[in-house]
Amino acid sequence: MAQAAMGGAYGERVVARGGSLARRRAWIAFFLCLPLILLVLALVIYPAFYSLHLATLNKSMTRFVGLANFTFLFKRETFWMVVEQSVIFAVSAVIFKALIGFVLAHLVHRLPDKGQRKWRGMLLVPWVIPPAMSTLVWWWMYEPSYSALNWLLESVGLEAVPWLGDPYWARFSVILVNVWYGAPFFMIMYLAALKSVPAELYEAADIDGANAFQKLIYVTLPMLRNIIAITVLFSLIVTFANFDIVRILTAGGPRDMTHVFATWAFKLGIESNDIPLGACVSLFMFPILGGAAIFILRDVHRRSRELAGVAG
Amino acid sequence: MTRWHLSRRSLLAGASGAVVAGTVLGRARGAHAAGKLSVGFWDHWVPGANDTLTKLCREWAEKEKVDLKIDYIPSQGNKLLLTIAAEAQARSGHDILAMNTWLPGSHAERLEPVDDLMKEILAKNGPTNPVVEYLGKPDGHWRAVPATPGSQMKGPASRLDLMKEHAGIDLLKMYPPDGPANPVEAAKWTWDALLAAAEKCHKAGYPFGIGLGTTSDSVDTWGSLFQAYGARLVDEKGNIVVKSDATRAALDFAKRLAAFLPADAIAWDDGSNNRWLISGKGALIFNPPSAWAVAKRDAPQVAEKVWHHPAPAGPKGRFGPYLPYYWGIWAFSPNKSAAKSLLAHLSTRSAAEQLVAASQGYDIPGYTSFNDFKTWLEEGPPKGTLRHYPNSGDQILSIAAAPAPHKIAEQIYNQATITKMIARMVQGGESADKAIAWAESELEGFMRG
Repeated sequence: MAQAAMGGAYGERVVARGGSLARRRAWIAFFLCLPLILLVLALVIYPAFYSLHLATLNKSMTRFVGLANFTFLFKRETFWMVVEQSVIFAVSAVIFKALIGFVLAHLVHRLPDKGQRKWRGMLLVPWVIPPAMSTLVWWWMYEPSYSALNWLLESVGLEAVPWLGDPYWARFSVILVNVWYGAPFFMIMYLAALKSVPAELYEAADIDGANAFQKLIYVTLPMLRNIIAITVLFSLIVTFANFDIVRILTAGGPRDMTHVFATWAFKLGIESNDIPLGACVSLFMFPILGGAAIFILRDVHRRSRELAGVAG
Repeated sequence: MTRWHLSRRSLLAGASGAVVAGTVLGRARGAHAAGKLSVGFWDHWVPGANDTLTKLCREWAEKEKVDLKIDYIPSQGNKLLLTIAAEAQARSGHDILAMNTWLPGSHAERLEPVDDLMKEILAKNGPTNPVVEYLGKPDGHWRAVPATPGSQMKGPASRLDLMKEHAGIDLLKMYPPDGPANPVEAAKWTWDALLAAAEKCHKAGYPFGIGLGTTSDSVDTWGSLFQAYGARLVDEKGNIVVKSDATRAALDFAKRLAAFLPADAIAWDDGSNNRWLISGKGALIFNPPSAWAVAKRDAPQVAEKVWHHPAPAGPKGRFGPYLPYYWGIWAFSPNKSAAKSLLAHLSTRSAAEQLVAASQGYDIPGYTSFNDFKTWLEEGPPKGTLRHYPNSGDQILSIAAAPAPHKIAEQIYNQATITKMIARMVQGGESADKAIAWAESELEGFMRG
């Protein structure tokens, strides 16, 4: 009994020491994260709330007008055009990026290990070059006076294309550059996911007589479903909020037909000096992206619980 | 224990040390007795132009004993615009900032009124041109001082050879290199003549490079057409008057002209027309001499045939686009007296003449009496290409969207309502009435306070 008592007291001291160690570690972790937390607070949270405040002011920022800026925007034809264009841009770009990334990941996965690294490296180049720089190069390729693409077309007897002058070609051009830039991200994520799919599943499928398409549908896609959902969500958010590609290529033209939220917010807020209205436009992205995030993450969470349930 | 003993030697050493210290400190205080001043000027694209401005500022700073700090901020990438917006929000930054066109009016409430300074300057220099006053005095008070660096005309820059060969227009006869405009010949330079020339040059493979985009070069050009037709979007009292015969006439003309412009013109920015001229593809653009100056370096065979001259005339007159720059003093500046003193120094005729020379004739000061500097007569090749660049003859200086109230005009200009109306007709296939209806709804939106 004395031994048990001693063990109990000793145990309590060990637990107490362990508890204070854990608390100290938690404090150390907190302080190590503090610089980043402060940065996020200063550069993300504070500007977001300040934007909210600005969006409730009149044009001269001298009085509070509540939701008047929001109701004003709802009545503008250009606003609904920007909503439509942002959705077209984000959804189509993400679909193509995901498809191309998926195909590339499979192709690279099938390469022998020896040569795979150099192909991976080369395919990542578009994503690694700063987008402002690479977009500028694309702009020169589209530029009416010196377009290399049009020179190629004209040299084989075809007509020059108004890449940035015609609204539909301009939309295509902007989406193309975004896909070119973003597809490597999907490729690398799906490649990593493919490498983590157990080989036994494919062997089992082979034994069952599955062909390549069936293996894709019944093994690969289910195993990659979560990573596909997460990459699509991430890319949707980033593409929806894209500024640099549209700004450099078209600045939202022609006829405002390639404006997305970020570029139109800049046009109104900074270039037209209507900061409250610009803030209002940029805030519209939040409920749309928030809704998409909830929808996709709910599915990921449900899927993870199912898998945990199966494993348990 | 050490005892300190005051001796004659130690007393003398201490006294002389105090005298030296006092001299040094006193001199440091006296060196910048009038305090500090921080200025943000527009980064001139002409190499060497900034050096002249720096020299003028340093002369003043040494004389006035001011600790002067100068930053040159480019307008590329909207850097200057963003700096102005950031400093306006933060209420801190430079004492003086360069601001172009609409910005003094946009930030009027945050700028120090300079009526007192402008009274002195105008007494010495004479009046400014009407655009400078319209933009610099948005609420009846001068909110910024007209600046020489950056102020520019955006009239035509034409290829003498192509206009003569393909359009039959001898610009040297109209605007000779060694004298004023020939009134009889210059009277033939109308928008109708430009349209006919545009068609001929287009057929010859050298289209005019006039953009239909949303940047200022395009907005200014079509704005001057609208004014030449008497077409206004909003009048001086703030009434929407876009629905008029004059607007329909201007739109109809614009549609006819657009048929002879490059297919991509709707996507053009402020550099596109420059590149069009320098590439040798175009017979005419509307631009200050920047395109010609770059052509001197990159395509001298093009540059030596470029001629700058006034805008064409329409039924209501000849309107040439003028874009002024200003120097504004923030209301939060702690050294307003030094700021005003510096700007007074930079606004003298001598300073303006040096700045114009340093800009190779690009800059045009806003004072009408300053239109006779030698630089414009001497620059070349071809010699005399800038003779008719400053305002002259029957040309009236203008800015698109004038005379609408400032806050509304700024929106019309920055959102390129005029060029978008034309683009909706040309590319969107809309009728003039539909384009006008769209413009009306846009203008109603600009009225919000």
